[in-house]
Amino acid sequence: MKTSSPVTRREFVQVALVAGGALVIGTRVGRAARVMGAGSRGLADFVPNPFIRVSPDGMVTIIAQNPEIGQGVKTMLPMIIADELDVEWQSVRIEQAPLDTSKFTQQSAGGSTATPNHWTRMRRVGAAARAMLVSAAAQTWNVPEGECTTTAGTVTHLPTNRGLKYGDLLERAAAIPAPTLESVVLKDPKNFRIIGQRIRGVDNHAIVTGTPLFGIDVTMPGMLCAVIEKCPVFAGTVQSANLDVIRTQPGVKQAFIVEPGQGNALNGLLGGVAILADNWWAARQARTKLRVVWNEGATAEQSSAGFSDRAGELARQAPQRSVRKDGDPEAALSGAAKVVRAEYFYPFLAHAALEPMNCTAWFRDNKLEIWAPTQSPANGRGLVSRTLGIPETSITIHITRSGGGFGRRLNNDYMVEAAALAVKAGVPVKLLWTREDDIRHDFYRPAGFHFLTGGVDRSGKLTAWRDHFVSFGEGERFAPAAGLGATEFPQRFVPNFALDASVMPLGVPTGFLRAPTSNGVAFVVQSFLDELAHAAGTDPLDFRLALLAGAPDGEGVNAARMKGVLELVAEKSGWAARKKERGRGMGVAFHYSHRGHFAEVVQVSVTRQGGLTVEKVWVAGDIGSEVINPSNAENQVQGSVLDGIAEARFQEITIDKGRAVQGNFNDFPLLRLNQAMPIEVHFRKTEFPPTGLGEPALPPVIPALCNAIFEATGRRIRRLPIGKQDLSWVS
Amino acid sequence: MSTTFKVNGKAVTVDVPTDMPLLWVLRDVLDLKGTKFGCGIAQCGACTVHLGGVPTRSCVTPVAAVAGKDITTIEGLSPDGTHPLQRAWEELDVPQCGYCQAGQLMSAAALLARKPKPTDADIDTAMNGNLCRCATYLRIRQAVHLAATLPANVASPVGRAKP
Repeated sequence: MKTSSPVTRREFVQVALVAGGALVIGTRVGRAARVMGAGSRGLADFVPNPFIRVSPDGMVTIIAQNPEIGQGVKTMLPMIIADELDVEWQSVRIEQAPLDTSKFTQQSAGGSTATPNHWTRMRRVGAAARAMLVSAAAQTWNVPEGECTTTAGTVTHLPTNRGLKYGDLLERAAAIPAPTLESVVLKDPKNFRIIGQRIRGVDNHAIVTGTPLFGIDVTMPGMLCAVIEKCPVFAGTVQSANLDVIRTQPGVKQAFIVEPGQGNALNGLLGGVAILADNWWAARQARTKLRVVWNEGATAEQSSAGFSDRAGELARQAPQRSVRKDGDPEAALSGAAKVVRAEYFYPFLAHAALEPMNCTAWFRDNKLEIWAPTQSPANGRGLVSRTLGIPETSITIHITRSGGGFGRRLNNDYMVEAAALAVKAGVPVKLLWTREDDIRHDFYRPAGFHFLTGGVDRSGKLTAWRDHFVSFGEGERFAPAAGLGATEFPQRFVPNFALDASVMPLGVPTGFLRAPTSNGVAFVVQSFLDELAHAAGTDPLDFRLALLAGAPDGEGVNAARMKGVLELVAEKSGWAARKKERGRGMGVAFHYSHRGHFAEVVQVSVTRQGGLTVEKVWVAGDIGSEVINPSNAENQVQGSVLDGIAEARFQEITIDKGRAVQGNFNDFPLLRLNQAMPIEVHFRKTEFPPTGLGEPALPPVIPALCNAIFEATGRRIRRLPIGKQDLSWVS
Repeated sequence: MSTTFKVNGKAVTVDVPTDMPLLWVLRDVLDLKGTKFGCGIAQCGACTVHLGGVPTRSCVTPVAAVAGKDITTIEGLSPDGTHPLQRAWEELDVPQCGYCQAGQLMSAAALLARKPKPTDADIDTAMNGNLCRCATYLRIRQAVHLAATLPANVASPVGRAKP
């Protein structure tokens, strides 16, 4: 998830005057620009990469290229273009692009990557269009371009104060040779007029009026609604099913067995029984009559209790392998003034996006059209193509708004299911999962076990850190999202460091959940650091600041940036002046992920009986030089914090006999309104390129909460969820 | 079997099994897609509509139970999206993914109809059955308070999302 994608390929801008007089401007990757003049024939040969369309009436249409899953990208990326184009936000229209890898790059929602991947590129796209409009105006007036400027959709010739609106420059602008994107001059950030403003989500009005927007809202003529029943044991297959009974149920039009895809593993077409009916409820009702004999397979032997036992066994043995070793941890531990040992555990988690997995597909004339709420449409198309043997060029994917993603929709299993159903059914099919399907057929945040030893010297300095991480996988390979990297903090900040790993096999699908890896390891690392701070007799904040001082530069945490947010959150929360009394406490933690540096303080109160109230959270974040949309930024941070608190307090998926035990919000609870506490959000702007905000605010809140509980009660949380732990205390 | 009731002021007759939940009648028969499916067991509130003015989980309400009754859905909350709550939701930029918000608005509208100036505690009680997976709760609470201060019946939306 932590990918780096600098803009390195040459990109060009293309222009054409299309029918109706709209100027089409877009980027084209890797090939020379071809520019079509006004009225040119041969538009059929033109391959536009359209981001911007300026109409004669001055309206500007901006294409939002990435899937919108609630992270605000459909508003944010167009804001960047509009600012450099120098138009009023009010005169902008946003259109969601379909998947088109010939026009767009990295059309996905994952890893908080949209900002770092597209910041410079979107600026250039807007600035290139502006430059062409300036050239067009200068030609019209026969004046030097340098005497012209732009404001709010108008080019002005400064010496004569003449103005031309963009909408009046379309024909001439279309004939201007396109600059290469790398050559265009970008705005001085102090002149940003849209970036940095609190811009409301572009779909807000549609959302509050109930206008169809989401995948589940798609409807087609003659469409059937479908359910699919899969084996409750992951990857189990159908032996037989009472299809004859199902076919006679009211409203049922088709029922059939879906064969598993070849060589698909867990993230492909698993197979099951499909029921297609006039409406979804009819299909769902018929399913209650379905009787399937399953081949459950070996995963039926697996359970959470078994994983836990096996982890304990592995921890008592020599680690299977070393991920990283610096210095001599054994020697440092034996020479340490204080040594702390602890075992940490975090459970499997489901994503539980509120819009259950769904997808609509229509196969006709050997072409497949798909409407999908997905985070990775290109991967989905690849999966469908491979599984069903349909060339990618014959598959169209429309990206709908997603009712939440959180990483779940990076896997396109539901897309390939809908596609398989549509190919077989011959009519448009909307597949919709129940909530139970959604929670019991997820790609779970993998559980993790950490067996830690740490040592501090007589001065209270952390000198040794050893983590035997017991996870899932086979041999050298971790299961998806179940690994840790060699540079995971506090590597580089402790002279004697060892990260070892042992894995056990897993038949349960795992995947990326918002702030993957970080959402588990931050809890472990920042809680254990707290234990070591207490062992050293040092304030947890001071202990962390000391740890950050003097480390060599390297990948990941930037010590100065992290120190900056730690000091900011300490100041805002009144850390130094906090009252220490039994039953009340503050905890602090920091974490670097997805290029963001975040430090957070949580304040709790705990009754003697162990009743927990999270009273307030303070957040300090450093995501670089710009907070592109402060309204959404604050919303994302508050949502991430509450998401983390819900995970920490309540959430757990338990595996029993190869099945997920929980199935709906009654046993996999989400946070509710009365559990939401005030959250102060502060950003520290630094001279680094702006980065994303969908994820990095989440990880630190979990250990900050646990550390606050320790301060309030003396009880150290080493296992999640907190709700299963006894927090009662006596004074 | 046919059932007749009113949706957003308009009489409708549907020929569906009497135990079909109102949610699926609205979505799949009447093509009103604003009311959302989240859990199917009245745990999340995404399917909230008004039944005779009372917030009701349509996913567990058989259509037989609404025969002869008045149903209001998000599409009928206001003729043009200008209910004070809709304006407040836009003005404060409440939504993230937006999927739960129709249900949130319907619960909030029933609260304001009953209690025009609700306290935080009133909001907690009235809205606690509406889950927001993105956890926009702080803004939801703020927006209910804001809506309570906005005049009804304003011609042009105050909080219209910028286009």
